[in-house]
Amino acid sequence: MSTTLKSLLVGTALTTASAASAVELEVTHWWTSGGEAAAVSEFAAAWNATGNTWVDGAIAGSGGTARPIIISRILGGDPMAATQLNHGRQAQELIEAGLLLDLTDVAEAGGWTDIVNPSSLLDACTLDGKIYCVPINIHSAQWIWLSHAAYENAGLEVPSDWNEFVATAGDLNAAGTLPLAMGQQGWQQSIAFGAITLAVAGLDAWKAVNVDKDADAARGPEYTAAFEAVAAARSLASESAVQDWNLATNMVITGQAGAQIMGDWAQGEFAVAGQVEGEDYSCLPGLGLNAVLDTGGDAFYFPVNDDPEITAAQKELAALLISPEAQVSFNLAKGSLPVRGDIDMSAANGCMQKGLEILASGGVLPSADISFSADTQTQIEDLMAQFWTSDMSAADAQADYADLIEKAD
Amino acid sequence: MADSSPSAAALEPRGRKPKKTFSRANIFLYGTLIMVSMYYLLPLYVMVVTSLKGMPEIRMGNIFGPPMEITFEPWVKAWSEACTGINCDGLSRGFGNSVRILIPSVLMSIVIASVNGYALANWKFKGSEVFFTILIIGAFIPYQTMLYPIVIMLREIGLMGSIWGLVLVHTVFGMPILTLLFRNYFASVPEELFKAARVDGAGFWQIYFQIMIPMALPIFVVAIILQVTGIWNDFLFGVIYTKPATYPMTVQLNNIVNSVQGIKEYNVNMAATLLTGLVPLIIYFASGKLFVRGIAAGAVKG
Amino acid sequence: MTVVSDPRPRSAKRPSRLFKNWMAKIASLPMILTALVVFLGGTAWTVTYSFTGSRMLPRAKWVGLDQYERLWDTDRWIISIKNLAIYGSCSMILTLVLGFSLAACLDRKIRFESAFRTIFLYPFALSFVVTGLAWQWILNPDFGLQSVVRSWGWESFAFNPLNDPNTVIFGLLIAGLWQGTGLIMCIMLAGLRGIDEDIWKAARVDGIGTVKTYVVVIIPMMRPVFITALVMIASGIIKLYDLVVAQTGGGPGLASEVPAKYVIEYMFRAQNLGQGFAASTMMLCSVVIILIPWAYLEFGGRKRG
Repeated sequence: MSTTLKSLLVGTALTTASAASAVELEVTHWWTSGGEAAAVSEFAAAWNATGNTWVDGAIAGSGGTARPIIISRILGGDPMAATQLNHGRQAQELIEAGLLLDLTDVAEAGGWTDIVNPSSLLDACTLDGKIYCVPINIHSAQWIWLSHAAYENAGLEVPSDWNEFVATAGDLNAAGTLPLAMGQQGWQQSIAFGAITLAVAGLDAWKAVNVDKDADAARGPEYTAAFEAVAAARSLASESAVQDWNLATNMVITGQAGAQIMGDWAQGEFAVAGQVEGEDYSCLPGLGLNAVLDTGGDAFYFPVNDDPEITAAQKELAALLISPEAQVSFNLAKGSLPVRGDIDMSAANGCMQKGLEILASGGVLPSADISFSADTQTQIEDLMAQFWTSDMSAADAQADYADLIEKAD
Repeated sequence: MADSSPSAAALEPRGRKPKKTFSRANIFLYGTLIMVSMYYLLPLYVMVVTSLKGMPEIRMGNIFGPPMEITFEPWVKAWSEACTGINCDGLSRGFGNSVRILIPSVLMSIVIASVNGYALANWKFKGSEVFFTILIIGAFIPYQTMLYPIVIMLREIGLMGSIWGLVLVHTVFGMPILTLLFRNYFASVPEELFKAARVDGAGFWQIYFQIMIPMALPIFVVAIILQVTGIWNDFLFGVIYTKPATYPMTVQLNNIVNSVQGIKEYNVNMAATLLTGLVPLIIYFASGKLFVRGIAAGAVKG
Repeated sequence: MTVVSDPRPRSAKRPSRLFKNWMAKIASLPMILTALVVFLGGTAWTVTYSFTGSRMLPRAKWVGLDQYERLWDTDRWIISIKNLAIYGSCSMILTLVLGFSLAACLDRKIRFESAFRTIFLYPFALSFVVTGLAWQWILNPDFGLQSVVRSWGWESFAFNPLNDPNTVIFGLLIAGLWQGTGLIMCIMLAGLRGIDEDIWKAARVDGIGTVKTYVVVIIPMMRPVFITALVMIASGIIKLYDLVVAQTGGGPGLASEVPAKYVIEYMFRAQNLGQGFAASTMMLCSVVIILIPWAYLEFGGRKRG
C-alpha cells in the first residue's frame, strides 16, 4: 500500500517537475521501415523520459524524398527543432547561411573529439572549426546479404565472396531463384555500383575516383572491369521487379532471391523478420573481397531558433543522442554501427561485429555524402538508374561516369 | 475558352427516345459502351474488394474475386492505425488537415475571385483587362516556374509550412479560373439592372451584395464544386508548402502507401486510397450536372 | 459593410483619374498583386535565376547559358522529354479519339445515357495520386491482372508494364486516360449537342452513312471544340507529375521520368536551384509554344467578346 502510494507520489512529482521545463521538439527524419522505426522509437523514448516531448516528423521514402522537404522548411523560415541529414556536404550551404545551430560548446562539454570514432565523422560535421551536427550512427553501403534458404533449395553452398556469388548465380537461376534482388531506384543501384567497384576495381582506384575525383582513373582499366562486373550483375537482377529496397530485402528473407547488395540498414529488416545471422542469412562486408567500409551515416542538425528555451532543449537533445545508452539502443535496433568506440556493443549480432572489427582496424573510407555534392550524387544516381534498367553498354556508362567525375564538386 | 464549356441544358438528350432496340448497330453500340464502362469501373471495383479482404486472401491471388470473408479491419487500420515512422495515427490526421486547408481556401478563393470578376465585368478601370490577361496566362504557366519564388514569398510573410500559407497558395492558383468564371457570369447580367441600381445611388459593395450575389448562386455552387475537388486532390503544393504535421490527405496517403514496414499491406493501401477519394466522389455523385459545368470550367486550370 | 463610395464613373469629373472607380481598384488589389507579384514576378525571378549558378540557395552568380547547356547535355532530361513526348502524343490522340467516340455513342439517343456518362466521368473527380495507386495495384505483376490471367490457364501471359522500362509509359497512359477521357467526352458531347439537327437530316437525304457523316461533316464543324479540348489536354500533359510520383516514382530506373519531376528533384534534392530553374524555364517555353498558335487561332484576326 505504502509503496504504491509512494510511487504514485514520485510519479506525480516527476510529471510536475518535468511539466515546468517540458519542451516539445519536432524531429524530422526518413526512418520509416520496420527496423528504422523501431530504432527511432528508442531515441523518442529516451527523450520523452527526460520529461520533454519528441514530436515525430517522419517523412516516408528515401532521403531523396525527405531532404527537399527538410531543406525547404529550413530555408522557408519554418524550421523543425532537429533533423536527420546525411553528414557531409548536404548541409554546407545551410551552415554558411547561418541557419544551423553551432554545437561546439556541447561537443566540448561532452568531449566528442575523444569519443567519436572514426574522427572523420566529426570532421564532416565541422566547418571553420565549429561543430554543427551530432553524428548518430555509421552506415556502410558495401554489404551483400545472402539467403541461406535460397542456396539450400538449389543445393548450393552459400557463397563467401562476390566471385563465388557470380560463379554460382547461373545454378541458382536454373533452380528457379532470382540471383540478385534489386530495387529499381537510382540510389540503390548507385550503392550496388559503389560496392561492386570497390570489390572489383580495388581500393586504390576507388580512392582515386571517389576521393581525388580523378577522371582518368575512372577511365582506367580497373574501372572498365568494374563496369563490366556491374553489367553482369545487371543481368543477374534483370527479373527483379520491385522498387523499394526493403521489398528487395524481403525477397532475400523469404528465399525468393539469392542475394541483395544493400547497406547495413538491411540488417534491421532481417532482425524484424526474426532471422539469425549465420543460420538464415549471411552478410559480407566489402562483398567479401575488400574488408573496408565507407563511413557515411546519419547525423542530426539543429536549425537555429529564436526561442532560448528551445535552443537549450536542442543542445540537451544533442548531448542525449550521442550518450552511450542512446547509442547502444538505437544502433542495435537499426543495425548500424555506433559513432563512439568506447561503448559495449557485445549484444550486437554477427554482422555488426564484423563491421565493428573493420572499424576498429581502421578500414574506413569516406562516404559519397562527404566526397560529393548532392548535385554530383544525383547525377551519378541518375546515370546508374539509366545503366541498370536499360541495355546501355558498360563502356558508354563508364565514359559518362568519367565525365561526371571530371565535373564533380 | 469559357464559352465552350458545356451548359447543363446542352447535355440533355434531344428528340425522341430510341425505338428499335435490337438492331445490329445498337447491339454493337451498347456492347462497346458496356466494354468501355468495365474499363472505367474496374479500378473502383478492385479497390473496394481488395480493401475488404484480409492479407492471406490477397496473397492467394485473384484481385477480381469478391472477398470470401469480408473484413473492415483494413479500413480501420488505414483510418487510424497505419504508420509513417513512429506516428501511427493513420489517415485521420491528414483528413483533419485537408478539411482545415479546404474550408478557408475555398471561402477565400471564392470571395476574392467573385469580387474580382464583379469588378472586371461591371467596374472596368484602366488596366483592369491587362491584369486579367496576365492572370489568365498565369493559369497556363507550369507551376514549377513559380514554386521557388513562392517559398521565398511565404518565408517573407512568415507563413511557410503553416496551413495558412497553403491556403494562400490555393487562393492564388485558383484565382485565374474562378475570376474568369465570375467575370463571364456577371458580364451576362443585363446592364439595365446595374444602371438602375446606380441611379438609385447604390455603390460598389451594395450592388455586389444586394444584386449580384443573389443572382449568382448557381455559379457559386459551380465554383465551390470546382475548388473543393481541386484543393482536396492537390498533391504538389501540399508536399512542398506544408510540413508533416500539416500534410493534407493526398500527401499522407502517398506516404503511408510508400512507407513499407516488412510487407506491403495492399488491403490497407486500397482502403486508404478509397478514403482519400471519398470526398470528391461524394461531391461528384451528389452534384450531378453542376459538377460537369464546374470541371469543364476548371479544366484549363490543369 | 456598405461603404458608399459613389465612384460615379465616366459622367462626373474627378480631380485625379487614379481615384476614379477607386473602390473597384481596391477590391481588385488581390488580383493585381497575384498577377504582378506572383505570376509575373515569380516567373521573371525564376527565369532570371536560371542564368545563375545557384546551388542550395539562390545567389546572383551569373553563369550565362551554362545551366541550359548542361540541361540539354543530360540524359535524364532528354529521357524525360522523350517520355513526355510519347505520353503526350499518345494521350492527346487517344483522349480525343476515345472522348469523341464515346460522346458520339452517347449522342445516338441511347438508353441509360446519364448512367454511362456518370461512369465515364467519375475518375475525373479522383486525384492523380489515387489514380496512380489504384492502377499500380491492378498492374501489380504478382497479384494483379497478370497473375489473374495466368491463373486462368494462360501461363505465359505477360503484362507487367510498370516494371518494364520499355512499356512503363503505357502503364501511366492507361491510368491517365482512365482519369481524363471523361472530361473530354463531356466537352465533345456538348459540342455534338450544339450541332443543328438539320445537318443530320441533310446528310440522311444525301444518303451519307452515319460514320461518314461524323468524319466528313460533323468533325470539321466541331473544330473549335477540338481545339479547346486539345489545349486542355496539352496544358495538363506538361504538368504531369503527381501521377508519376504515385504510380511509378519515375522508375524503373529513369524509364518514366518527366520534366516536372526533373525540375523538382534538381531544385530540392540535388540542391542545384539553377539547374531546376533552367529546366522549368524550358517547360515555360514549351507552354508558350503551344499557347501562341492557339491564341492566334482563337483570337487572331477577329476580336471576340
